[in-house]
Amino acid sequence: MKFWRTPLDLQDIHVSKGMVLILEDRCKGCGYCIAFCPRDVLHESTRFNAKGYHPPEVKNPDACVNCHYCEIICPDLAIFSVEIPPHPVNAGPSEDNGSTGS
Amino acid sequence: MKPAVLTGEHFMTGDVACAEGALAAGCRFFAGYPITPATEIAEHMSHRLPDVGGTYIQMEDEIAAMAAVLGASCAGVKSMTATSGPGFSLMMENIGLGVCTETPCVVVNVQRAGPSTGLPTLGAQGDMMQARWGSHGHYEIIALAPASPQDIFYQTITAFNLSEKYRVPVLIMSDEVVGHLSERVVIPEPTAIRTFSRRRPKGRKDRFKPFCPGPDGVAPMADAGDGYRVHVTGLTHDERGYPVMTADCHAEMIARITGKIRRNLADIIRTESYRLDDADVAIVSYGVSSRSSMAAVDEARQEGIKVGLLRLITVWPFAEEAVAHLSRTVRALFTVEINLGQVHLEVERCAKGRVPCHLVGHAGGTVIAPERIVQAIKDHL
Amino acid sequence: MKKAKASPSHPLDALVRTERIPHIWCPGCGIGTAFSACLMALHTSGLDLDKTVMVSGIGCSGRAAGYTRLDSYHTTHGRAIPFATGMKLAKPELQVIVFSGDGDLFAIGGNHIIHAARRNIDLTVLCVNNLNYGMTGGQVAATTPTLAKTTTTPRGNPEQPFNLPLLVYAAGATYVARWTILHTRDLTQSVQEALHHKGFAFIEVLAPCPTGYGRRNKERPLDTLKLYQERTLIKNGANPAEAFLDFERGVVLGKFVEEQRPTCIEMYDRTCRLPDSAAG
Repeated sequence: MKFWRTPLDLQDIHVSKGMVLILEDRCKGCGYCIAFCPRDVLHESTRFNAKGYHPPEVKNPDACVNCHYCEIICPDLAIFSVEIPPHPVNAGPSEDNGSTGS
Repeated sequence: MKPAVLTGEHFMTGDVACAEGALAAGCRFFAGYPITPATEIAEHMSHRLPDVGGTYIQMEDEIAAMAAVLGASCAGVKSMTATSGPGFSLMMENIGLGVCTETPCVVVNVQRAGPSTGLPTLGAQGDMMQARWGSHGHYEIIALAPASPQDIFYQTITAFNLSEKYRVPVLIMSDEVVGHLSERVVIPEPTAIRTFSRRRPKGRKDRFKPFCPGPDGVAPMADAGDGYRVHVTGLTHDERGYPVMTADCHAEMIARITGKIRRNLADIIRTESYRLDDADVAIVSYGVSSRSSMAAVDEARQEGIKVGLLRLITVWPFAEEAVAHLSRTVRALFTVEINLGQVHLEVERCAKGRVPCHLVGHAGGTVIAPERIVQAIKDHL
Repeated sequence: MKKAKASPSHPLDALVRTERIPHIWCPGCGIGTAFSACLMALHTSGLDLDKTVMVSGIGCSGRAAGYTRLDSYHTTHGRAIPFATGMKLAKPELQVIVFSGDGDLFAIGGNHIIHAARRNIDLTVLCVNNLNYGMTGGQVAATTPTLAKTTTTPRGNPEQPFNLPLLVYAAGATYVARWTILHTRDLTQSVQEALHHKGFAFIEVLAPCPTGYGRRNKERPLDTLKLYQERTLIKNGANPAEAFLDFERGVVLGKFVEEQRPTCIEMYDRTCRLPDSAAG
């Protein structure tokens, strides 16, 4: 007897996708967003901002799931993420998957 | 339940008359801390305020009391506290915050003899220079000196009006004798009492600059919660209220907070003359000492010496012109005060050496007897 | 998916005096994170922000009021709480938040915080605890751990620090929590709860001070955050007596206390006002 199964709606589970936006001139280069990003989206840039700090830059944009952690750990209101709307093709038709399951 | 304005004839102490004056002026918040000889003001406010829609709170110390008064005033409510020497010392820093943030409020100092704990139950006028310069930095402040319960009733109303008009803490420099003296006090009908409230801003809330003065040198003041989203700080600030750490901005701010007082001296300074018209000798005095001085004037005149009295109702800003004028018309000036020479220094400054200036004073603990004043005049003439 | 070229607007910018940003806080300083958690909680609280006031004292954390686009009052050192008390009593419909530091609230202002807690005055108090006096360059505070080095304890702090949650709880606070800036989601949620709590709500926020404390105790900002990650334990409902701040033994975080008790204003109205005097 199988106690597990592949979810029937696997292709419909929506993992949100995010885009990171950086207000470079507010950044003081503490590196918190880089160190604590759970998806390793960011790294330190080699550029200097107006204050002489290295702001983060996005190295792995596709990995961002819009968790906002960089936004809320940032002490300088210098970074935030926004959700990228799911592509219309991927939007599954079935709103009622719950009723068709086990 | 008693009304806010206790119209009628009463027999009350100066402390109670002060509290009644505050209520008549529209004061609806009092934060205090017990201290002799000012406690009766707090006690009276604690049972009167809740019945007229106000709030009384006894704070944990005088520092907190002064801070709470400023907070309440920023919320738009006319507010006051009352204390004596040691408490007045503790309030100094926040009185400075009130000056810097231009927050109206009234602080009563029922003076007792200091320094330190001194003579808690006995009067003095030793805090006059502290009233002028007690908080750090250069500023202007208004201080009034009442001479009787009836006088303090009206002066407390004046104090609130000046405070609201010029957005500055106003000090009422009472003393133990006036505070504890019971006399007849007549309280008029509410309609006969003129009260003034701070100017509130009009127009677009997002463009409001909270420290941009009007033509009278005073900026309109928004209450917390009115939607203007003001920032108020004790740091040197610009017209937006934002800190700016430069000498230029500081000069501008100090010019603003001193200028609004200096440019309106005629409106702020109140004095009273008694038999000065033909006087050869003038006494300058204030508060309870002006009562001794008045008696001394009559006594001296009975002995043939033409003495008159200039009574300072407003002690700060100082009545420079009135004293300078006197120094041109009399042969000698006598300052009568219960300290060893504080307002006396101002009298000397304004007389500019034109006439001899003498002090009749002592360290505190009792009023100055009229005979002593007459004797001093005789000794020096 | 690249960085936007035109300057985009941060989601909290409406609550910030953006013309004053960047703020004065050092790189890695945790005050900014605590500040933004507080703003996020306000942003999502549903409160009327025109009736919400922030009061600060003096010190690095005390600068928060100056960056908030609310009615905001930057008062004297230690006196934010009595100022806020007067404001709340005079105009009870205001929602009053005190945002200040450990030195301001517990050393120079220590007397005020215990009395505010005792009265259960309806304030939300956020105390950023960075274990030292940052603004003046890193002197010992009432919260500095024993033996820690500061500019005024060059051989180590001989004194014991306060346990802040225990202190305010003992004094009568009815909401007590502690988080670190790393636990910023919990912190934000806690601020929201505190804003809606009736009575004296206190939240301690542990935050690194890399320039003052960190530099002299060999803690880089990321080291401090690692401590917050590895040496803390979330234990809601924990006895505040267990909340002693010692990273060697581990630091307890969480919501320790949430109780109901009539507030200062409720008790005043009930006790001091005659029934028909409300109209004034």
